[in-house]
Amino acid sequence: MEHSIQIEETIDAAETRLSMEKWLRMDRIPHIWCTGCGIGLTVSALVRAFDKLNLDPDQVCIVAGIGCTGRVGGYLRVDSLHVTHGRAIPVATGIKLAKPELTVVVIGGDGDLMSIGGNHFVHAARRNVDITAICVNNFVYAMTGGQVAPTTPSPAFTNTTPYGAYETALNIPFLAESAGARYVARWTALHIRRMSNSMMEAIRKPGLSLVEVVSPCPMYYSRINRLGEHLETMKFYHENSIIKHGEPTENLKIDFQKQIIVGKFVDKPTGS
Amino acid sequence: MKANPKNVLSGVHNLTGGQACVEGALAAGCGFLGYYPMIPALDFVNHFIKRSKETGSKFIQMEDEISALAAVIGVSWTGLKAISITSSSGFSNMMEHLGLGVMLETPSVIVNVQVVGPGDGDSGLPSQGDTMQARWGSHGDYEIIALAPGSVQDMFDYTIKAFSLSERFRTPVLILTDNVIAKRKGKVSIPEASEINIYDRKLYKGPKDKYMPFLPDDELVPPMVNIGDGYRFHVTGLTHNHRGYPIMNEECQELNVHRLVNKIRENTDKITEWVEDGVDSADIVVVTYGLLSNAVKKAVEKARAEGIKTGSLRLVTVWPFPEKRVDNLASRLKGIVVPEINLGQMVFEVERASHGQTNTFFVQCSGEEAGDVEMIFGSIKEALTKKKKYDDIIEYTPKSHGA
Amino acid sequence: MRVLRIPLDLSKHKVPQGEVHIIVDRCKGCGYCIEYCPNDVLEVAEEFNAQGYHPPKVKNPENCLNCGLCEVICPDYAIFTIQIGEKEAKLATQK
Repeated sequence: MEHSIQIEETIDAAETRLSMEKWLRMDRIPHIWCTGCGIGLTVSALVRAFDKLNLDPDQVCIVAGIGCTGRVGGYLRVDSLHVTHGRAIPVATGIKLAKPELTVVVIGGDGDLMSIGGNHFVHAARRNVDITAICVNNFVYAMTGGQVAPTTPSPAFTNTTPYGAYETALNIPFLAESAGARYVARWTALHIRRMSNSMMEAIRKPGLSLVEVVSPCPMYYSRINRLGEHLETMKFYHENSIIKHGEPTENLKIDFQKQIIVGKFVDKPTGS
Repeated sequence: MKANPKNVLSGVHNLTGGQACVEGALAAGCGFLGYYPMIPALDFVNHFIKRSKETGSKFIQMEDEISALAAVIGVSWTGLKAISITSSSGFSNMMEHLGLGVMLETPSVIVNVQVVGPGDGDSGLPSQGDTMQARWGSHGDYEIIALAPGSVQDMFDYTIKAFSLSERFRTPVLILTDNVIAKRKGKVSIPEASEINIYDRKLYKGPKDKYMPFLPDDELVPPMVNIGDGYRFHVTGLTHNHRGYPIMNEECQELNVHRLVNKIRENTDKITEWVEDGVDSADIVVVTYGLLSNAVKKAVEKARAEGIKTGSLRLVTVWPFPEKRVDNLASRLKGIVVPEINLGQMVFEVERASHGQTNTFFVQCSGEEAGDVEMIFGSIKEALTKKKKYDDIIEYTPKSHGA
Repeated sequence: MRVLRIPLDLSKHKVPQGEVHIIVDRCKGCGYCIEYCPNDVLEVAEEFNAQGYHPPKVKNPENCLNCGLCEVICPDYAIFTIQIGEKEAKLATQK
């Protein structure tokens, strides 16, 4: 059968200038994320965490859902699966069960992991399966155009809440802790080194670990709510965040344009 | 290659259909079960759990059927053969991941113990009501392989066949059964491990940096690798090219999906299987599958005793459907009788495949053998003389059994 | 009593000297590197890159200390620094 598309050449030459290039699929850079998006920073932090932990790239597996954050799977040069919306966690559970020696990381956005995948997240936390979940929270469904998400604070505007969001915003660390997660941390995308350290601890810790990353969405959330461009939003999140390690998770609600509490909140001993 | 003797319970046993199916899976090398508790599937699951100590196979109860099939897909990519067992409403839940399994080309087996529907239905009544859903349930264009065991021994044999087909063609394979066979106890003869042929997926062994997850070989099936073997592959459920990267345009959709469909269509001769009995000299042929096999055999014997030249065509693989054979037969038959335990599903496919060369008669069966034999026999006699008009749809109106 | 203002071991302390490399066509013009560089090394360039954005440009190359923050903070992996030597530590002057 004749194919009209040229079969592409295989993996890039190994000229590594940036130290992270060994972990990235350089044939696909520049990536699709918008200017100033926090997902690029999350990937940067994750790759540094992998590097510092001296992980063998052949033994790392990334499972990603659908959405802007889900595309991370396609840019990391490790075995990665890009599966259906919200169901990355059960696939990761299966992989970890079958091959426990792998390091399995699930990456998803707030809509992917906490809305359609909320059920699976809760049960994975209960089950304490040894995976690390990284949830990039930009308060909207970004890839589909900026619709309201379970984490959208009231009364923010989104594409589907033209009069302001009115549902209670999900407090992700609170949900994770009550379901039984062993390690919960939250950082903004600009806390790059602290976020990387948290990811290191999360990956190293056995049991379900969650790292939430608060990121701007310059294309939709910031624009609709007149929060300025990416730099202003990122600066706002960074300067209005206060580090409070060990803060009780019920106080961690994120209100609209108010203070964001970041830090490491839960670090329980494993072994339920 | 041959089965692992550790997994095979050789000998002649008295097992239920569910237990026979699980023995077949274990003999084929299945190492993982992901499930959600559904009443008709419980026999299977309990037996798998009981046998897991000896065989070392893993199992997990997930929070719903969606995640059960997702876990099975994840496990299959690590190289372990995986199965999921569910019932009709769980099967509906699994539709999205069935499409994902086809798109990612993941070998896996799904057993559907059918009950009447729609909705929650009645988990006590048998049914063949998911025949069309098995073929068309998920969205988009795709082809699927589905088998329908007709006896307890079939449950063992067909499960091994299902695993072999799924590994060979890198696709999810369905086993459509029902709770009558699942609960029925019968004699199952399990051969020695050295006599059981199982098929393992073709693994890619070339240079690591030249691996393309979806580059097909001559059978249109791409060789696979396992997670953790160092091939650093990326696969996605989005439309993708040979490299596994998502590319969103029409050309890529053709490259991707046309091959997926052709993979089954061009290999139909290697996949489709059926059992014929006396069709070459018959006037009436009864096309059947699954639970009705016994009833049809008896009805055909009865008809032959009365001098009607009857034959039967029992489908082993319900999908892909043996269109060419049915078309071929229809040209010289007086009628085709299609009994089903539903309100008319496979009959439409038979009618389409016969291309108007003969009349198709639907028999609404209930799963209760004696009653079914009478109805099928009655229909065979009717088929000899009755001429259907094109717009005469009265045959497809559900008949009451007088209850 | 004389108070010593200059540290005795001043000559032992060396500060790394860094050089900034910008992969111009990868940049998406977010400006994080320019904003967060602690030593004011970068500024926005007048030119456009191939994607249509304004990449950064080195303004004060002698200020770069190879701290690596620009490399870590770039979402597009378009900037990095390498160490090209060392220099004497400067005393902080009191105003």
